[in-house]
Amino acid sequence: MRLEVLDRGHGLPAKALFAVIRLMTRQPVVDAVKLAFYRKDFYGAGPLTNEAMRGPSQWSVGDRELMAAFVADANRCPFCVAAHSATSGQWYGDHAKVADTLADLDSAPIEEPLRATLRMLGKLAREHSVDAEDMRAVLETGVTPAQIEDALAVSLAFNITARLANAFDFDLASPDAMAAGAKHLLKRGYR
Amino acid sequence: MTDISRLHRELVARVLDSDATASRELRRAASDNAGLDEPIRTLVEKVADRSYTVTDEDVAAVRASGLSEDQIFELIVCAAVGAADRQYDSATAALVEATGGGQ
Repeated sequence: MRLEVLDRGHGLPAKALFAVIRLMTRQPVVDAVKLAFYRKDFYGAGPLTNEAMRGPSQWSVGDRELMAAFVADANRCPFCVAAHSATSGQWYGDHAKVADTLADLDSAPIEEPLRATLRMLGKLAREHSVDAEDMRAVLETGVTPAQIEDALAVSLAFNITARLANAFDFDLASPDAMAAGAKHLLKRGYR
Repeated sequence: MTDISRLHRELVARVLDSDATASRELRRAASDNAGLDEPIRTLVEKVADRSYTVTDEDVAAVRASGLSEDQIFELIVCAAVGAADRQYDSATAALVEATGGGQ
């Protein structure tokens, strides 16, 4: 973590919560949690992220976690890729599907609507903009405008989070800590 | 989606307009990635355009220029939110165009 306040600047309630997390999971508190609980009155993006990831949508939770991992990958953010690959893989009960999608979107074992949506989200993250033609390519696979809006909400949350994880230099936690975090995200969400 | 719009608007309002340690002017500039002087300019530009290239030295240079850790925290958050907003706006405009201006 590049800023010491994000490691040690929390108020007493957050510090107490971190002690409980360490006790319950027997894992260190991951940096994403430290950010989420630092000055929530200022940043506090939990409710937005939770609505995008767990609110009503025609996309499954696993699909949205895969979108988060894919957007993180396009932002070259190893922490977020690991965290949301683990969460998506747990939801699908299929970690290979997630790994294959990140490795090669074109040949990945996923449905065309999801593939086309991920392609558009990847371009948006890498090139910072997309055009109507990119959207038509997604719509042509049967994705509805509402589904595109839902996917854009996921990408909004993770184009913010991945930038912060890179800028603050989140430590890549152990696979066990990431798996514990993924379990928590599936059980409780992001609030 | 109305919840997303509201939560998004509230996030932007908090980081730009709430009482914080960096001035509103500086936070706005970080969000816009425009009108900043070195060394904060380089840090904000990297967060907005290629966050994976941010280094310890970028942050150390901003700290050495006299900004506190909390001010740096706020400006990095503003830079990330502003850049992601521009991406989001581009995509929603493209969707509106592709669907003929409405649903």
